Amino acid sequence: MKEDPFLLGGRVFTSRLLIGTGKFAAADVMIHAVQAAGAQLVTVALRRLDRDRPHDNLVEPLLALKNVTLMPNTSGARTAAEAVRAAHIARDLCGSPFIKVEIHPNPHHLMPDPIETYEASRVLAKEGFVVMPYMPADPVLARRLEEVGCASVMPLGSAIGSGQGLATFELLRLIVRDARIPVIVDAGLRSPAQAAAALEMGCAAVLVNSAIAVAGDPPGMAGAFAQAVQAGRAAFHAGIMATGEASATSPLTAFLQGENRPTVGDQET
Amino acid sequence: MQVCVNGETCATRAVYVADLIRDQGADPARVAVILNDAVLPAAVRATTRLADGDRIELLAFAGGG
Repeated sequence: MKEDPFLLGGRVFTSRLLIGTGKFAAADVMIHAVQAAGAQLVTVALRRLDRDRPHDNLVEPLLALKNVTLMPNTSGARTAAEAVRAAHIARDLCGSPFIKVEIHPNPHHLMPDPIETYEASRVLAKEGFVVMPYMPADPVLARRLEEVGCASVMPLGSAIGSGQGLATFELLRLIVRDARIPVIVDAGLRSPAQAAAALEMGCAAVLVNSAIAVAGDPPGMAGAFAQAVQAGRAAFHAGIMATGEASATSPLTAFLQGENRPTVGDQET
Repeated sequence: MQVCVNGETCATRAVYVADLIRDQGADPARVAVILNDAVLPAAVRATTRLADGDRIELLAFAGGG
């Protein structure tokens, strides 16, 4: 397949599988998974320094990977102001202009707060960040986020970590139909088939974390997702047939007709 | 002197913020500092004196989706 890049903040990306770094059992497993995924955008969170392990450094081994750009996220922020501050801190720490705006104040369902997300995205886009907002699958909000200068929108397939797949399928379809920026499904995917489905319907990419991190073989699952994403994108380009009534694929010329062959409408007696 | 680091009160002999970061065993290049609710730029850590009762948040990158 020929190169099929997409643009985020003026930068060219060829990998349509973005990776989250949470829930991995060990840092080296995470690194192997990122490599197996061929991911070019990898998200990390900001947390209080772990006093028991102050030397843990997630960033260095990630940056040592060729072609990986860090996309810090603002998880933990409950308001736009907190998210903006987290974005500033993250940029100071790693120098990346990419920021995944992530504001989900309710720990039970982790649904993004649309109002705070909009406000934080507006401010950060104005400041020159490459803003990638995690958002409810809402076509109206997607358009508003596009209008304030977001580089992409990242609507949820289903709740974070739930593995419920593309529960928002119809809303995602509406977002993709109208968006002029890449639509990246973030959250809820549990299997490569679901990632392929997102790409088949025209999403530019997917972001996967839990499904890879908690798999028996995280690098193996990362590779499977990478293949699924490529297959889904190829299918999107190739043009997927419409659904409809039965339509024969073999000629129905009746050259086998004989005395005893039932024809349409006959009932065997 | 008593300061509060990441929510925990602790005694410290550190004079400057940079000393405190070093005492915590962290890589200064990979730690962000919030001093009494304001981000403290890395360039002034070595010259910013700690005061009794200061609240310091030390943040670093961690795994996350």
